Amino acid sequence: MRMLIAVLMLSLLSPLVMAADLDRMSPNVRDKASMQRGAQIFTNNCMGCHSAEYQRYKMVADDLGIPVDLYEENLIFTGARIGELMKIAMPKDDAEQWFGVAPPDLTLVARVRGSDWLYSFFRGFYADNTRPLGVNNTVYSNVGMPHVLADMGGLCAEAPRVGSGEAVICDDWAIEGSMDQQEFDRAMYDLSNFLVYLGEPALLDRKRIGAYVLIFLGVFFIFAFMLNREYWKDIH
Amino acid sequence: MSKLMNWIDERLPVTAAVERHLTKYYAPKNFNFLYAFGVLAMLVLVNQLVTGIWLTMKYNPSAEGAFASVEYIMRDVEYGWLLRYLHSTGASAFFIVIYMHMFRALLYGSYKKPRELVWIFGMTIYLVLMAEAFMGYMLPWGQMSYWGAQVIINLFSAIPVIGDDLALWIRGDYLISGITLNRFFALHVIALPIVLLGLVVLHILALHEVGSNNPDGIDIKKNKDENGIPKDGIPFHPYYTVHDLVPISIFLFVFCLVVFFFPEMGGHFLEHPNFIPANPLQTPDHIAPVWYFTPFYAMLRAVTISPFGLPAQFWGVVVMGGAIAILFVVPWLDRSPVRSMRYKGWMSRVALTTFVISFLILGYLGGVPQTTVGTILAQVTTVLYFAFFILMPFYTRMEKTKPLPERVTS
Repeated sequence: MRMLIAVLMLSLLSPLVMAADLDRMSPNVRDKASMQRGAQIFTNNCMGCHSAEYQRYKMVADDLGIPVDLYEENLIFTGARIGELMKIAMPKDDAEQWFGVAPPDLTLVARVRGSDWLYSFFRGFYADNTRPLGVNNTVYSNVGMPHVLADMGGLCAEAPRVGSGEAVICDDWAIEGSMDQQEFDRAMYDLSNFLVYLGEPALLDRKRIGAYVLIFLGVFFIFAFMLNREYWKDIH
Repeated sequence: MSKLMNWIDERLPVTAAVERHLTKYYAPKNFNFLYAFGVLAMLVLVNQLVTGIWLTMKYNPSAEGAFASVEYIMRDVEYGWLLRYLHSTGASAFFIVIYMHMFRALLYGSYKKPRELVWIFGMTIYLVLMAEAFMGYMLPWGQMSYWGAQVIINLFSAIPVIGDDLALWIRGDYLISGITLNRFFALHVIALPIVLLGLVVLHILALHEVGSNNPDGIDIKKNKDENGIPKDGIPFHPYYTVHDLVPISIFLFVFCLVVFFFPEMGGHFLEHPNFIPANPLQTPDHIAPVWYFTPFYAMLRAVTISPFGLPAQFWGVVVMGGAIAILFVVPWLDRSPVRSMRYKGWMSRVALTTFVISFLILGYLGGVPQTTVGTILAQVTTVLYFAFFILMPFYTRMEKTKPLPERVTS
């Protein structure tokens, strides 16, 4: 029992340790509209360089309730069929030459980094002339990618106060974006939310099925308990 | 029906075996909840075998395809995610129930004469289980699979003279590669499960030969009725088969709670960096083994001295090996006239409590990055871990024990 409690305590500790300097976001994979918007941002902005090669387009379409023809028309740029894996056209070897490292596959990024990290990272870009691409990031220092979403969210002139929990995290803009900060935060929530789904599509089913399983086991326990009492009533 | 049974019994002793192991196997009536962990270990074993078979059908044991095939199982295989989580959670659950099962044995002296062989088979099961879990953890071919295996196999190179060749022989390559993955897969799905099943059979046969111990640690066979049945014994079936359904349902509830709601268990059952494909060119910042190995990993890192000109790492391996080897001789270290902690003296109680706390602290330390304070704490707890065993012949003999009851207490 002591061992069990210790294990449970250990597992509770680790998310707390990782939470420093990150803004919290609580993903909601029931919010299909949010994930649809996230999928759109992901396809339009991320999938130029990043693949999601363990996932099939069809699964995203089905799970997010996007009709297949709409999906093919608007969210597939490589000429791939709907049943194919979400790969990209850029060959890994070329990418490595161009960027120094090949942009990583993002299927599982939410499971590696966690949703808080992603949400903070997207909002942590700022102008930094000492970097080759002119940008840096508060969450991922010396980040090797450009700020792709600058035309949406703008680019902060100094390090934004990510993790402060404040509503306004940047006062001085190097580039103005098309969205105000609230809108951009909401868009980044949607993108993070989509990536959480992408990391584990089973998330949609497993909690629902799990609830039924636990109810069944609860009922089973009552029968087991009463059966046991009946059998053992003569044993003293 | 009885004619058919007779026909079979004349050729295969089915009825005799059922009576011997179930309906006429008399178990003490005073088992408490700690006695459920044996049957729970069996349940988890079956879970691992069944889910393992189905995972094998879709898994691709190659360096190129392993990682992708696990994600294929997680996404494209119907209920593949469930099979995978049942298997990965089952691995951790296996160690939880086995650790509880071992703790029960230490608490009630279940290893003492005449159950030495039961204990030794059990310890061998534990050893094989560690190998099985270690090899299984490599199969998803993530960063932790790869680097965890790299660290552990490199330990063998710390052995003088033959070390490097031994590590090379285990890996089958100069570093962990698809060749290592292939052989670990073969060992994980065929060789070790066969050994494991054989040992479980021996464990149970040896137990049923001498009979189960109980929380009082007294021999129920000393008090028999006129039919030669122990007065404090009850037939395993139906009494304990029905009785065990209660802890089984509680266990399954907790188990399914993890499977369906916390399959990563905060990064302890499935480590976060293991969702990155194995990359031989990129070492993760912090390599930690899965939680069930961390106590021994902490002991390995705790050794910082290098006597006889041999490297500290070698002595670390010796300490780690010794920590497991010493468990095998426990039946001969305990010199107490009584079995159960209920009748042992205060020294045994202090010793066991210190041991359990030390083991837990070591488990925590093995999972976090090394610090100066942490290393000192690991050294102290390692010494305490060994002190429990090495001092056992002395404190079990010196202390005053309480008188044993004639019959089991309820």
